Amino acid sequence: MAAKAGRSFFGRWGVHLAVLAIVIVWTLPTMGILVSSLRDRDQIIVSGWWTALAGSEQTEAGRLAGPDAQIERDGRFVIEGLLFEEGDPRRISAFGTRATAPTATEAGVEADLGDGVTLTVEADSRYVMTSPVAFEGRGQRVYFSALSPPRFTTENYETVLLSEGIGRSFVNSLTVTIPATIIPILIAAFAAYALAWMRFPGRAILIAVIIGLLVVPLQMSLIPLLKLYNGVGAFFGVPAKTYLGIWLAHTGFGLPFAIFLLRSYIAGLPREIMESARIDGASDFDIFVRIVLPLSFPVLASFAIFQFLWVWNDLLVAMVFLGTGRDQLVLTGKLNALLGSRGGDWEILTTSAFVTIIVPLIVFFSLQRYFVRGLLAGSVKGG
Amino acid sequence: MATQIISAIIVIIVGVGGCVAYFWGANRLLELVFPARGTSGKTAIDNLRRQGFIRPWLFVGPALLILGVYLIYPVVETLRLSFLDRGGQNFVGFDNYLWAIGDREFRISILNNLLWLAVVPAVCTFLGLVIAVLTDRIWWGTIAKSLVFMPLAISFVGASVIWKFIYEYRAADQTQIGLLNAFVTWLGFEPQVWISIPFWNNLFLMVILVWIQTGFAMVILSAALRGIPDETIEAAVIDGANGFQIFWKIMIPQIWGTIAVVWTTITILVLKVFDIVLTMTNGQWNTQVLANLMFDWMFRGGGDFGRGATIAIVIMMAVIPIMIWNIRQANREADGG
Repeated sequence: MAAKAGRSFFGRWGVHLAVLAIVIVWTLPTMGILVSSLRDRDQIIVSGWWTALAGSEQTEAGRLAGPDAQIERDGRFVIEGLLFEEGDPRRISAFGTRATAPTATEAGVEADLGDGVTLTVEADSRYVMTSPVAFEGRGQRVYFSALSPPRFTTENYETVLLSEGIGRSFVNSLTVTIPATIIPILIAAFAAYALAWMRFPGRAILIAVIIGLLVVPLQMSLIPLLKLYNGVGAFFGVPAKTYLGIWLAHTGFGLPFAIFLLRSYIAGLPREIMESARIDGASDFDIFVRIVLPLSFPVLASFAIFQFLWVWNDLLVAMVFLGTGRDQLVLTGKLNALLGSRGGDWEILTTSAFVTIIVPLIVFFSLQRYFVRGLLAGSVKGG
Repeated sequence: MATQIISAIIVIIVGVGGCVAYFWGANRLLELVFPARGTSGKTAIDNLRRQGFIRPWLFVGPALLILGVYLIYPVVETLRLSFLDRGGQNFVGFDNYLWAIGDREFRISILNNLLWLAVVPAVCTFLGLVIAVLTDRIWWGTIAKSLVFMPLAISFVGASVIWKFIYEYRAADQTQIGLLNAFVTWLGFEPQVWISIPFWNNLFLMVILVWIQTGFAMVILSAALRGIPDETIEAAVIDGANGFQIFWKIMIPQIWGTIAVVWTTITILVLKVFDIVLTMTNGQWNTQVLANLMFDWMFRGGGDFGRGATIAIVIMMAVIPIMIWNIRQANREADGG
């Protein structure tokens, strides 16, 4: 329908091109860190990641062999050799002998260095230098521009996972996320069932309160809870920043949305099923466990994905309720710390960022159906 | 590390087990105290009624307790703290609010938040709508949508690293490794330090949130567009409306409610924007926003809870109209159904 109407306005190809452009703009940023995380530091510094497949051009300096390598041939003194080691994949495109003109001569062309001295450097780094008189002093210094073929490495991943502490933070993030995803589900499901199918005084007010709480900014809770945690910690002589504390905090912050989402789904289940079960003598508890929970699987999955993504990606709650020690710093916090301490080290930052986003991306792409369903059902929530 | 994993697993088991034990045990206890079976006539009916009276509270009890401790009590307490001094001991009246009005950084934050509010929800909704309309009419639209949707799964910190890399600046004589500066120099202009250009740097930070949230707007609006009855559009086509007229006069009015939902959802998110500013600039170069300022005051110089709470209240006041609208909307739906 919309397609038919649209043909006259947007050209057939215009739509394809416009969407293609949008998709490129939206994926390019993520591509950038993925590609960069696979390149080594030297390549990242000298060339943009989008040139990764073209190889990178780099100007370097080297020294030819000294006078003791010279041989006399046809009345001229000759020094021969290789600038690179055997098997080096780089190719030389140009060379020179002065730092001010490092690429004065193309590879394979004979350069005149004055006083009858000539130097030729081939693309494969083989060089020949000749002179009418014997060479003296140190070997000749040469500058050259070398083209490295595309090269990818997983070295960065080894570095960040093992020595930068990202590996440890990954475990910390899992430790925070999994209980903080599971705990609210059961609590919310019971409450949602009661609010959907049981009659009791104050029900309507409770529902209104929960809808109101949906949009309460997290910022409202931070200071009182921080004080409360510090107080509890001091009273019992335990640390104020614990995993238990953050699990409960995430449970609390996720609960309004969980109840809201689950209630609207559970309220939509067919009345006949519950009534026939009740006639058969089932209590509310039986009905909930045997009928409502299994039927609610899709919405439970939706909420679980939401909560997982939200907790995994959270920085604020973790910064307030968890410490910054190695054993408590989560991935987002670690990445934030790295932005400060390793500001320009893009090989570390891009790789760490990719490790941080890979888990949510996998969850997202594999369970997108449930995610979208939850989004459509609960789009009142502020995120 | 191993002990941490094991303790996490134990907690999951204990936590889930505890929840199950509570709900099952409480229900069991209720049936024992007020038995409905095995008692005669009137007692059984009375006990059943008592069960029906108590059981809902057993079901909602844990949720109420947690909501009370983690959301309701803090709202009241934050309001109280905003009238107290930095340590929360002495009553200072409206001093914190007066301080806020006079504070330069607070005013910058308010202006920036207003700028964010004016730009981000509008741009996200507009782009989301355009992409939803475009992708609905091509065969690979689902894949395209998936890719535009993807940033929604990425954390704000991760997104900040991604975009910081794009805004990366190198001196003009060096190779630009940031995509934006490479593009700008390719066009023949000078490279710029994007995140420190006053005023415009705010827009560069907003781009990050737009990049993340457009997918959200697109998915919701796409579903709404599909819900438009074919007849209305066919009728318009027969009447000779062109694509542009159909879009503005037939489609948009029918999804107006959904546009409002998307708009307000992103508005609430924008009010709370924190991670992006913290990681990109930490409020330097006039990019401060309320949520980051509040976090700053929570810990600055040992923490000033009075000022922090005051800033939180300012954010909350901006949310209250949306909250009231949501509740009224929900009540209307409940009455209708």
